[in-house]
Amino acid sequence: MSSEAPKLILAGGRLVDPASGVDGVRWISIDGGTITAIEEGPPASTDGARVIDCAGKMVLPGLIDLHVHLREPGEEYKETIATGARAAAAGGFTAVVAMPNTRPVVDNAHLVRFVVDKGSEAGGARVYPSGAVSKGQEGKELAEIGDMRAAGIVCITDDGRPVMNPSLMRRALEYASAFDLTVMVHEEDLHLAGGGCMNEGPVATRLGLRGSPNAAEDAMVLRDVELCALTGGRLHIGHLSTAGAVRAVREAKRRGLPVTAEATPHHFTLTDEAVVGYDTRAKMCPPLRSRADVDAVREGLADGTIDAIATDHAPHSPVEKDVEFEKAANGIVGLETALALSLALVRDGVLTLPRMVERLSLGPARCFGLPGGQIERGGVADLTVVDADAEFRVDPGSFVSKGRYTPFEGWTLRGLATHTIVGGRLVFERHGKSEGSGR
Amino acid sequence: MPFAHQHLLGIEPLSRADIERILDLATSMKEVLRRDIKKVPALRGKTVINCFFESSTRTRSSFEIAAKILSADAVNWASSGSSVSKGESLVDTARNLEAMRPDVLVVRHASAGAPHLVASRVGCAVVNAGDGAHEHPSQALLDAFTLRERWGSLEGRLVTIVGDVRHSRVARSNVLCLNRLGARVRLCGPPTMMPPGIEALGCEVFSDLRKAVDGADAVMMLRIQNERLAESVFPTTREYARVWGLSAAKTAWLKDDALILHPGPINRGVELEPDVADGPHSVILDQVENGVAVRMAILLLLAGAPEAQA
Repeated sequence: MSSEAPKLILAGGRLVDPASGVDGVRWISIDGGTITAIEEGPPASTDGARVIDCAGKMVLPGLIDLHVHLREPGEEYKETIATGARAAAAGGFTAVVAMPNTRPVVDNAHLVRFVVDKGSEAGGARVYPSGAVSKGQEGKELAEIGDMRAAGIVCITDDGRPVMNPSLMRRALEYASAFDLTVMVHEEDLHLAGGGCMNEGPVATRLGLRGSPNAAEDAMVLRDVELCALTGGRLHIGHLSTAGAVRAVREAKRRGLPVTAEATPHHFTLTDEAVVGYDTRAKMCPPLRSRADVDAVREGLADGTIDAIATDHAPHSPVEKDVEFEKAANGIVGLETALALSLALVRDGVLTLPRMVERLSLGPARCFGLPGGQIERGGVADLTVVDADAEFRVDPGSFVSKGRYTPFEGWTLRGLATHTIVGGRLVFERHGKSEGSGR
Repeated sequence: MPFAHQHLLGIEPLSRADIERILDLATSMKEVLRRDIKKVPALRGKTVINCFFESSTRTRSSFEIAAKILSADAVNWASSGSSVSKGESLVDTARNLEAMRPDVLVVRHASAGAPHLVASRVGCAVVNAGDGAHEHPSQALLDAFTLRERWGSLEGRLVTIVGDVRHSRVARSNVLCLNRLGARVRLCGPPTMMPPGIEALGCEVFSDLRKAVDGADAVMMLRIQNERLAESVFPTTREYARVWGLSAAKTAWLKDDALILHPGPINRGVELEPDVADGPHSVILDQVENGVAVRMAILLLLAGAPEAQA
């Protein structure tokens, strides 16, 4: 596709590239899908190029989301690969990793190719498939990981479910290492979770809802860190949410183990108080935790314990969400609010701007060994142009995603992608004044 | 003055004045209940639908009788054998029932917050008749009524609630209601039956029954459900009864004039020995009678003409 990619010039934006340490005004020339020049002033010739005025805006390495649920095949009424990839682009993401817990589960090469094909037709962010750890995500036998790797998966995971059997988890880490694959985990001891539908604690007690304790997550992270040490296989902790999990990952990194971790915007922004009123927009797994956990996650993002910000974008329809809280499905959408919520961390003084950019680009790229995450001459032109000051009210009705359930509905946030460039092509451009508009 | 609430979803949103207003009105309602001709026209032409998504005989009958004494038309709607078993969502069920123009929906549901979801989608009044392990406000109000009838005021009194607090909506509503009326509350039971952070609702937690009931003016025993055995919250009902059940011998630990309450139905021989349930401390049957009076007051406040509520 890059053969047809037009010439673009991103003119005079503030380039923030954590890989090279550049933070300054630059003119970036793109041709044939590749970055051809990065200059401190306008290029000599702009012939035949579309010039995008980036003055007052930030130009970032294309954002990468390691954790999205695109629901296709099987639940296309919630989201499709096309709508999900376009929602990602609207949120400033140039690449997403699609979770395999579809219907059927992506546990073989045929389905991996299906995801790859649909992703390349989508015309949005790049869609990288992931494959199941176990056949049918049943936690019993390993899936055909080697075949799936050959077909294009970038990691294996039974996300949505934990790998409860520690022996299977050990084998997964060992086997995946032969194919240079990371095992991404959903850490939840189902026995300890005990069917809990929110965080265990005073709020759950007041609401009369069954809680899942932090220990359900902590114990599994500690187990898997030891299995990582035993096997040497690469481990990635998905949607980490507890102070204990942050502590365990920090300690594992100090031991030099190949462990990485991600956290979601909702886990670094909200506490379990958001559930009050039985709001199913605040129901996800792992659940929203206490203030101390939110603070620990923020600290983990700041000190590098947590490598990546990932959305766990999980669209559902009213059929799953407009019901009793206990009965409601876990999951909320996140692709179109993640950037603004991450920028809020910079304004709150939690992260510097370059560190925030790193958690959304270079950090996630390194977790799975993905291309991109940096802006360099001769590199692939995956870039995101951001108006960090654009204020907008979160209006799910205007989302590109089919999903409408977000606890941030009605919030006023700042920071929108104005241009998303994938392989030198403009896959998303925000029209009109971004001020006061969600799109 | 109109009642400040459209619904009765829990004790949590009620002020002390709201609670006292319900209890005062219930005093008049109890007088009506004890007449030879138990009928007043206060809710004539009004419809009350009892929507019970979870089985109950006592609470449903109590609401039904309360509605009928007030001349409302009371309809019982049960989820078993209905559209719910055919997969209808709660929101759809609620909107269908609302289309039949009821004035009050009395909702019992196994999921905490279900009455709140119903209330957010219908125009009529909603009464929570028990939602999961969340609240059972009419039970707490009838308990408070029963205690107030004996004591005149709950101010400064000490009430100990014993049993499976984790799964108990009765306990949660009572902790809130007793606190609002100026009483102190202790909870007692095995730690496996105590939900984390319950102290934040305003109570002290004990595992030693003797200490927990020491000096108490009333002891409320909660029903122990055999189903909980599967969750390993206690090993056997025999052991539970020995450690946390109230036997005739253990009543010696109580003050002479202490009252014993139970929301029913009693598991005789588990949380209460039969002699104790029927003994001099027990006000269990008063609770049942007062339940009708309190529910009459609730229906009248939510559905009656403003002047009838005065």
